[in-house]
Amino acid sequence: MTDEVKAMIGTMAEPVIMEVERGAIRRYADAVGDDNPLFHDVEFAKNAGYEDMICPPGFWGWAIKGKAVIGGLSMVGAVLVKAGLFRILDGGVDQEFYIPIRAGDTLTAYSKIADIREREGKAGKMVFTTVETTYLNQNGDKVAVNRATIIAR
Amino acid sequence: MAKQVYYEDVEIGSEVPTLEKISTTLMAVRWAGGSGDFNPLHYDDNFAATQGTGGIITHGALKRAWIVQLVTDWIGAKGRVKKFSCQYRGMDFPRRMATMGDPAEGETWLCKGTVTGKKVEDGEHLVECDIWVENGKGEKTTPGSATVILPSKKG
Repeated sequence: MTDEVKAMIGTMAEPVIMEVERGAIRRYADAVGDDNPLFHDVEFAKNAGYEDMICPPGFWGWAIKGKAVIGGLSMVGAVLVKAGLFRILDGGVDQEFYIPIRAGDTLTAYSKIADIREREGKAGKMVFTTVETTYLNQNGDKVAVNRATIIAR
Repeated sequence: MAKQVYYEDVEIGSEVPTLEKISTTLMAVRWAGGSGDFNPLHYDDNFAATQGTGGIITHGALKRAWIVQLVTDWIGAKGRVKKFSCQYRGMDFPRRMATMGDPAEGETWLCKGTVTGKKVEDGEHLVECDIWVENGKGEKTTPGSATVILPSKKG
């Protein structure tokens, strides 16, 4: 692994502001094929004790002005491509949810490159990059943490 | 939605009701739009051929969302997901479309889960489970786990 890649561990991305809209929640749930009324029906969600429709766990709303949702990923992606590892796959996620995210929330996502490690796979060298994103809501409360691992080979 | 499940209703070894899914190219495009992941690996044959995957593959995050749905369907309106993780271990290949709305014949995916633990911690009634997506050959292509908070009948 090149020093240039290793040196990126700990790098923070620019914070990304995300709006949580009812329409976006419904479109996301429809794309999953999920008709849970908590993600579609405002009245149902209110009767269930929420202030508005909530997001399916793992949906964070839309990044404003089309910025990359996880800035860190695109940052490290560019370096990996430069290192000749241009085949990128999603490796998995590890998530913690503290407060349900609801329509009307504005989240700020803080991403950092938590880890970069190399492994010899069956098909040659693979680089695993973990980006940790912490989401705060408009009150400054931590709502969720997402750790996403991408595999470059 | 199904009847509300309570902490007292589940035991270690209890099964999460199975959820059936069919991955199609149509679904891949809807997911791209709904999630914002427009990687052409999931809908463009020519680009996929450069990626060493053996063709276009189903978004890992879509399979993640399927097993999130498995869990949220099960825990009902009063349950809450506290932790979730999964790995995109095996690649899945979507069915092509036979008509504008109907998929071609082919594979069906099953989302399944079993309860592996339960405990009360800091006043929360927690249930842990293993969850996964199984392909048409019965292989777990997307294994994961979740910790959920269930309501208790004791209030």
